[in-house]
Amino acid sequence: MGKSLYEKVWETHALRTLPNGQTQLFIDTHLIHEVTSPQAFGMLRDLGLKVRFPERTFATVDHIVPTHSLLEPFADPQADEMIRQLRKNVQEFGITFFDVSSGLQGIVHVIGPENGITQPGMTIACGDSHTSTHGAFGAIAFGIGTTQVRDVLATQTMAVSKLKVRRINVNGQLRPGVYAKDVILHIIKVLGVNGGIGYAYEYGGEVFDRFSMEERMTVCNMSIEGGARIGYVNPDQTTFDYLKGRPYAPKGAEWDRAVERWKALASDPDAHYDDVVNIRAEDIAPTVTWGINPGQGCAITDRVPDPALYPEAERAGLEEALKHMKLQPGQPIKGVKVDVAFLGSCTNGRLSDFREAAKYLKGRKVAPGVRAIAVPGSQQVAQACEEEGIAEIFRQAGFEWRGAGCSMCLAMNPDKLVGDELCASSSNRNFKGRQGSATGRTILMSPVMVVAAAVTGRVSDAREVFGVGELVGA
Amino acid sequence: MALEPIKQVKGRAVHVPGNDIDTDRITPARYLKVVTFDGLGEALFYDERFNPDGSEKPHPLNDPRFKGASIMLVGANFGCGSSREHSPQAIYRAGFRALIGESFAEIFFGNSTALSMPCVTATRAEIEALAQAVAQDPGLSVTVDVEKLEVRYADKAFPVSLPATAQKALVEGRWDPIADLLEAGDLLEQASARLPKAVLS
Repeated sequence: MGKSLYEKVWETHALRTLPNGQTQLFIDTHLIHEVTSPQAFGMLRDLGLKVRFPERTFATVDHIVPTHSLLEPFADPQADEMIRQLRKNVQEFGITFFDVSSGLQGIVHVIGPENGITQPGMTIACGDSHTSTHGAFGAIAFGIGTTQVRDVLATQTMAVSKLKVRRINVNGQLRPGVYAKDVILHIIKVLGVNGGIGYAYEYGGEVFDRFSMEERMTVCNMSIEGGARIGYVNPDQTTFDYLKGRPYAPKGAEWDRAVERWKALASDPDAHYDDVVNIRAEDIAPTVTWGINPGQGCAITDRVPDPALYPEAERAGLEEALKHMKLQPGQPIKGVKVDVAFLGSCTNGRLSDFREAAKYLKGRKVAPGVRAIAVPGSQQVAQACEEEGIAEIFRQAGFEWRGAGCSMCLAMNPDKLVGDELCASSSNRNFKGRQGSATGRTILMSPVMVVAAAVTGRVSDAREVFGVGELVGA
Repeated sequence: MALEPIKQVKGRAVHVPGNDIDTDRITPARYLKVVTFDGLGEALFYDERFNPDGSEKPHPLNDPRFKGASIMLVGANFGCGSSREHSPQAIYRAGFRALIGESFAEIFFGNSTALSMPCVTATRAEIEALAQAVAQDPGLSVTVDVEKLEVRYADKAFPVSLPATAQKALVEGRWDPIADLLEAGDLLEQASARLPKAVLS
C-alpha cells in the first residue's frame, strides 16, 4: 500500500513522540501577523526564550491595516499599537517583515505563495485558521493558536496528533460560470461544517488537475470552514510552473533537485485513504450561502430552506439563521437586496479573481445605493491590477479601489458593515457579526457573483446577468 | 516546569445552547485589537449578551442564577472558525475551567487544552439531561472527572470522551507543551539542517 503526501511529509518532519503521546513535528516555515503574535512574543520574553530559527519566520501586517490610507499613526490607536508592537518584535528577534513600506505587504496567505515562500512538502504554521490555503502547493499547513505560535517561535516545532486523510475527488467538467469558490462551498454543503474534524482533506480529480494555483488556493483556504484544519492538493507541473523564478524559490541546480523531490512527495497511486468522497463537477452550481455558517449554502437557482420541512432537531438552528438573515422560509435566494459588495480576502483577493471579475464589470456600473469595495490581497496584486488596467475598470464602475489587507472579511479595520446591511462577499465566513456589525448579514459567493450583485443591487445569477453559460441549477 | 495536574473540575454549570458556535461569536473581532489577553473575560459572547447601547440581552451568561459557573455545556462543533486563542482565553478568564460538548472544533480544542481547560465530549441526550438538571437547580454541583472520563452530578453519572493525549497532558500537568518541546535540544538543529527552508535567492 502506497502513502499519501500527508503521510510522507509527516514522516520526514516527526522528531519524536512526546510524553503525552503526541508527536513533536518540525515546522519548516512559520508565518506571523499582528493579531495572534504579540502575546506569543510576550510569553517568549516571560520564559526568557529566543526565537530558535528566526530565518524560518516571516511576518506581515494584514488584519488591522486600513485600506484607504497608510498614513501613520493610524487613526485607530489600538491598530497603531499593534503594528508598532510587531515592528518591535521582528526587529528584536531578527525576523523578515513585509511591512507596509516594502511593496510586498499583504494578506499572509497571499504573500507567502506569491513570494515563493510556500513550497511543496513543507510544514507551515501560522496563527490563522486560513493557513490551510498553503496546502494548494502540497504543503501541510496548520492554523494554530497563540500558545502554539510561541512553541514554534521557541522550538520551530509543535505538539500535534496525526490526522486521518480524506480524499475528495471532483471529476468531470465544471459548467460555465462555476468557479473554485463554488466548488468549495459545494463541498462544505455536502460534508458539513464539522465533517472535516479529525481529517486532512486531499483534493484531487480532473477539476483540480486543471485548476490554476490560485483556484487551488481558494479551495484549500476554506478547508477549515468544513472543519478540516488541513487541506492540500498534490504538487504537479502547474505548481512548479507557478513557483519557478519566485524570489524565495530554489534556483539553478537546486531548483532541479527540488522539483525531483517534490514530484516524489505526491501521493502514491495506491495511497491509503481513511475515506474517499467523489463529487461530480456537473452537480456544482454557482453557490451562495443563505445562513450564518458556510455550510448553509444553496445553488443560486434554489430557495432557502423551510424549517417546517426539516426534522425537529434541526429546526432551531435553521430558524436562527433565517431570522438573522431576515429571510422568509422557502423564499428564492435570488433577488435578495444587497447593500454592500465586497471583493477581496485570502479566499478571493488574488490577481485571477480581479481579472475574471473585471472581464464582466467592464463597461457596467455599480447599482445606485450599493457600496462596492475591491481590496487586493497584496501590494503586488494591487500593482498588477493597476498595470493591467483592472483597477481602472473597478473605479470606472463605481467600486472603491483600496489598498491591500483583510478589510471587510473580518472588520478589524475601518471597513465594516453598518447595522443590518447585507453584503455580497467573496470572503470565507458568514458568521453573525463577522463583518463588524452584530446584525450585519453576509452572503458568500464567487467574485463574479459579487460583481453581478454589485451591478444589479440584488443577489443575482451571474450567468443571467452576463449572458454566460446555461442557466441550470444542480 | 511543574504545572498543576487537572484531574477533575468541580463547580456549577451553565448551558449555552446551539451548534456551530464560532469564535467570532465567542469573541467578536474588535476585541482582538489587543497586544495582551488581559481583560478578555468581558468580551465573552459580547454581541450575544449585549445590545449596541450596552443593555443586556437574554443570555444564559447574563442570568444571575448561573453567575459563578465554571463548567460550560455546549452543542456540536463548538469553537469553529478562526484560530484566535482569544476565545478560550476569554472563556477561561470569565471563570470557566471545563467545557462539556457534543464536539469541538480542532484548533479551539487544542488552544483550550494548552490553557488547562478540558473540553470533553458526550452525547446530546446526556448533555441535555444535565442542562435540564442545572436549569432546575442552578446550584447543582457538577464534577468533570478527567481521570475517570465521566461527569457526575446529583446521583447521576455519564461517560465522556477526551483524546488520550489530551487526557494525559491534563492529568500529568503537561498541558503546556513548551517544556517537553524544549527537551528536544539538538534534535532541533539537526532537523533544521536537514529540512527545507525558504531562502531569498
